[in-house]
Amino acid sequence: MDFTSLTLTDVTRNFGRRRALFKVSLRCVAGEILALLGPNGAGKSTLLSIASTLLEPTAGEVRYGDQTARAAGAALRGRIGVLGHDLYIYPELSAVENLQFFGRVYGLPDVPARVEAALARAELAHRRDDPVAGYSRGMRQRLALERALLHDPRLVLLDEPFTGLDDAATSALRRRLAGLREVGTIVLITTHDLETIDGLVDRAVMLQNGRLVTIEPGPGSLRDRYRRLTTVSA
Amino acid sequence: MSFLRTVWLIVRKDFLIEARSREVLYTTLFFAVSCVLVFAFGFVREGRPLEDAASGILWIAIAFSGTLALGRAFERERQSETLRALLIAPIDRPALYVGKLVGVLLLLFVVELIIVPLVALMFQAPLFDHALLMMGLLVAGTIGFAAVGTLFAAMLVRARSRDVLLPVLLYPITIPVIIAGVRGTAALLEGDPNIAVARMWLSMLFFFDVVFVTLALWTFEPVMTE
Amino acid sequence: MDTRKLFILPLVAIAAMFAYAPYAIHAAPYESTMGLVQKIFYFHVPAAMAMFLSAFVCGIASAVFLFGRKEKADRLALSAAELTVLFGLIVLISGPLWARKAWGVWWQWDARLTSTLILWLVFQAYLLLRRYGGPGSDRLAAGVAIFGAANVPFVYWSVNVWRTLHPPTNVVRTLEPEMMWPFMWSAIAYLGLYGLMLAARYRLENRRAELEEIYLAAED
Repeated sequence: MDFTSLTLTDVTRNFGRRRALFKVSLRCVAGEILALLGPNGAGKSTLLSIASTLLEPTAGEVRYGDQTARAAGAALRGRIGVLGHDLYIYPELSAVENLQFFGRVYGLPDVPARVEAALARAELAHRRDDPVAGYSRGMRQRLALERALLHDPRLVLLDEPFTGLDDAATSALRRRLAGLREVGTIVLITTHDLETIDGLVDRAVMLQNGRLVTIEPGPGSLRDRYRRLTTVSA
Repeated sequence: MSFLRTVWLIVRKDFLIEARSREVLYTTLFFAVSCVLVFAFGFVREGRPLEDAASGILWIAIAFSGTLALGRAFERERQSETLRALLIAPIDRPALYVGKLVGVLLLLFVVELIIVPLVALMFQAPLFDHALLMMGLLVAGTIGFAAVGTLFAAMLVRARSRDVLLPVLLYPITIPVIIAGVRGTAALLEGDPNIAVARMWLSMLFFFDVVFVTLALWTFEPVMTE
Repeated sequence: MDTRKLFILPLVAIAAMFAYAPYAIHAAPYESTMGLVQKIFYFHVPAAMAMFLSAFVCGIASAVFLFGRKEKADRLALSAAELTVLFGLIVLISGPLWARKAWGVWWQWDARLTSTLILWLVFQAYLLLRRYGGPGSDRLAAGVAIFGAANVPFVYWSVNVWRTLHPPTNVVRTLEPEMMWPFMWSAIAYLGLYGLMLAARYRLENRRAELEEIYLAAED
């Protein structure tokens, strides 16, 4: 299956008495990079979990194109790529083994070539057979990103992808994200690193206590606009 | 992508990880042997084991070390949330369950390969006189225990206090399996082995296995979605 | 409408049944071999009936919750699980009291008593999971309840075969007619009490959910 938009309509999620998301409505289309900002515990990870189909909203609806997650099932999951905070890679296995395993699990054609390309992009070709446990945080982050993108997903959900990356890797990731936009990917990215994504993202929204606030485009840096919003509402 | 291929991929991945660290195998094995020893102090009097002690000790060791292995096997998928990664992947979720189950079973069979001869040796138990029937009881009993255990351990990955909750949930539910295993083995160890009784318990175990595996396959998907 | 009023009539009826039960039990003839102690069955067996019924209610409600995603079914399952534990406790206390007189020991590994204990443990574990499992444990507990309820016949069967030395006695069917009607009286009173408590507990759980809603709405 394929889709060119992600639409959230009045999505609410409660954890017992705690409201993680409240009536969040959001639409992103293919070829768009959307930044999801906000303080810790504002509901960013919950929103990503819901978009990744792992978590069901308490109320409201999520549509991929015109399909819902429950109706589309496994075929839909095969079009989503997720980079979680916990990286989703096996530390006991090497980079090659991790990529091969997930490539096969996703049932991809031509796994060896994809793995080679991913290793080259992650700049890990020289450490390909070492167990991931011995990698630095930045190397793991790069590997985890390529793992998440191995199957050319239509929807990419990235939770803090810039964590632990040095300057070179950061600009490589910026280029990678811009490349994803070129091929019509929907990218949702959470970060605290506003300077890094300024100018890269098409739109930014902010979550505050589970509520969505749009950060209007305008003069000044993203950081300034973000700060203005947080101070006004606080 | 076919069901069996997914199962195979997951089993192979787990085997690769285990072959590299051997952590779960060694700790489980050592724990099982310790279990046998500790129980021996309770059930051996004046150098002679109590009647039926061997079969009880054998199955308790399997159940206890099985719980440990289940906990560790899923702790590994929790470390960097790879279980979530597998749940997002476009696979049949029941295939994920079967893959993990097969991995746990293979591990427990290896453990049994060591502790069954150990129990036979230490308690003068003729466990190999009816080797085929004994093997049937071990295989069927372990499948029944691990079928429930794998489901519970998988769902507890996202629960708090998961280490204590696993045995608390698992033991009451698997009591029929343990009873069948212990009594079936005891029937084989009697001075005059009671083959008919052992056969009856074996067929009961097969029945448990079918029901437990079916129920687990049926509930795995809804239990794993939050 | 205040749903509390709906409880008044059944409550009075069941209270009256319980009030009359001692007279009915007193009037019933003495069992020839066990004598007075047999009368505990008018108390013990209906409690066990309520317990097993409750276990199945919990299992079925859990399946509805898990597959139909109905929050209300989960509330019913929780209520039924608590009552399984409560009525199980009555069974597990009255059983040994009888065993002390009949067999001379407090605990006998009798098939019925042992399977009751195991079932009681399963639902106690269910409650522990809900209490200490953290967020999302309602779905996990539902899985446990399905296994717990499906397990009832296996537990009974295996424990029964395990205890073949003591042939099972079928208490209910061998009752004399004069004992039968006080027994039925007690059984209906007990099951009525169970139904009432389940309804009340379920209502409480629904009200709690409403309160949560109001609490969340007040935050907005």
